[in-house]
Amino acid sequence: MITKEDVKYIAALARMHVAEDKLEGLTKNLTDIVGYVEQLQKLDLKDIKPTSHAVPLTDALRQDIVKPSLSNEKALSIAPEAKDGYFKVPLVIE
Amino acid sequence: MSQEFETVIGLEVHLQLSTKTKIFCGCVNVFGSAPNTNVCPVCLGLPGTLPVLNQQALLYAIKVGLALNAQINPFIKFDRKNYYYPDLPKGYQISQYDLPVAKDGFVMIKTDKNEKRIGIKRAHLEEDAGKLVHDDRGNCSLVDYNRTGTPLIEIVTEPDLRSPQEAYDYLNTLKLILQYLNVSDCDMEKGSLRCDANVSIRPIGQTALGTKTELKNMNSFRAVKTGLEYEVCRHKQVILSGGRIIQETLLWNDEKAMTIAMRSKEQAHDYRYFSDPDLVPFTINYKVIDQVRAELPELPQIKLERFIKQYGLSEYDAGVLVIDQAVAVFFEHCCQHYEQSKKVANWLNGAVLKEMNERKMGISELKLTPVNLVALIKAVENGVVSNLAGKEVLKAMLDSGKTPAQVIQDKGLVQVSDDSALMAIVEEIINQNPTVVEQIKQGKPSAAGFLVGQAMKKSGGKANPKKLSELIIRRISNA
Repeated sequence: MITKEDVKYIAALARMHVAEDKLEGLTKNLTDIVGYVEQLQKLDLKDIKPTSHAVPLTDALRQDIVKPSLSNEKALSIAPEAKDGYFKVPLVIE
Repeated sequence: MSQEFETVIGLEVHLQLSTKTKIFCGCVNVFGSAPNTNVCPVCLGLPGTLPVLNQQALLYAIKVGLALNAQINPFIKFDRKNYYYPDLPKGYQISQYDLPVAKDGFVMIKTDKNEKRIGIKRAHLEEDAGKLVHDDRGNCSLVDYNRTGTPLIEIVTEPDLRSPQEAYDYLNTLKLILQYLNVSDCDMEKGSLRCDANVSIRPIGQTALGTKTELKNMNSFRAVKTGLEYEVCRHKQVILSGGRIIQETLLWNDEKAMTIAMRSKEQAHDYRYFSDPDLVPFTINYKVIDQVRAELPELPQIKLERFIKQYGLSEYDAGVLVIDQAVAVFFEHCCQHYEQSKKVANWLNGAVLKEMNERKMGISELKLTPVNLVALIKAVENGVVSNLAGKEVLKAMLDSGKTPAQVIQDKGLVQVSDDSALMAIVEEIINQNPTVVEQIKQGKPSAAGFLVGQAMKKSGGKANPKKLSELIIRRISNA
């Protein structure tokens, strides 16, 4: 059962603001989604090895060879804000 | 109530691997470039891009695992560690959760009494995050993604360390091993090697662990030790005054010499690891492991023991040589040309090391070859130049790159042992110091040392001091 607190917590982890009047609906939606996926729990997986990947492929490696990077201008062209060659974001202090 | 506590410490070391390119893309992996110039759509986390693992990073990780006596997992995968912070453009860090490259290893450290085995729980590959610069006045933070995607290996110990000193010793031992592997420059100032510490205390005899705190932001091994000492002390005070330790992450402030708690909001992490669907798993077969094992260098502890046995060095001398791999190699080259290994060790650990420190250079940067150093040592041993002049010759050799023979000739430093040449100096010194001469005559031969010193000075360090001493004593007793 998903609670309103769970929704608030998950939203906080994703740094998302959830309006108070949306909480009720989101809680119900999330409960439905989790409930749907929960059907999988009923499967008997005793003798089945955990799946590491859906594609039956391993060892996709690359040689250690330098490829060109983007120019600073090009890299920053997608940034909402930039300053002195840096991406500019709201102040975060840790 | 007096209660005895035991300290329990576990360390996490992050090491940047010195591959040519980043872990999942072809951007160059270097330190110190202008911000956001070594970035591409992959390391910027742009939609539609796919990471591809750098083979060299994997080989380096296997190398580290083997050097730490760990088991290499034959099947590994990558996982997403989710957290939301601007230093990670994707909103997650690619790391390894349940199937790391290496597990269950150990490092032997020397304590004051004996050796101790420090368990290595795991060593896994992951990508480094970007770098943030905080601009309080501009009320913004600035992000440089050059570091994003730098290959890291994280080395996690078991909670086997029992004091801040042991933690310090472990770090030095580990760093030396890592330096020998040549997979990283291990430079803490550049952030190539970083350390976080977990610490708790428990009453002696108790098996359950106490509540731990995590220490971050120590930028030297010394700071790790001081930070841990502070934290152990704080834990004791809190517990003895009836309080409880809260599990939290603390930042070490070196200037204030204290730990500061991060705001609880900043440490609210719930990483929700899951397999990264963008990367397929990797198999590491025994052939690859054997190949990497064959390329492992002789590790410091083994080298130290061999130096003691093979060259008859003291543990101290061997230890000083081994601390710098290049010096250890240089030492052995010298020994191929000269059988007096102990003399070579003395010169390297004394005069040469002093020059390296003064010039802030590694031995390979000095204009010194093993053949030239041996020639210099032989010149001193054969009495061609005095020990003192020998050190001057070394300096001049390093300045000019000349051979010792050339320097000795250029500077006219050949030691004077010829009686007639020295006698003039002896006469002069004796005439200038009648009181000292009187003391010697009255049975105080130790005073002759002063006269020898004066005569040496007079000769510009060129006189043979043994010869001088003989001549002075003979001259005075004959008078």
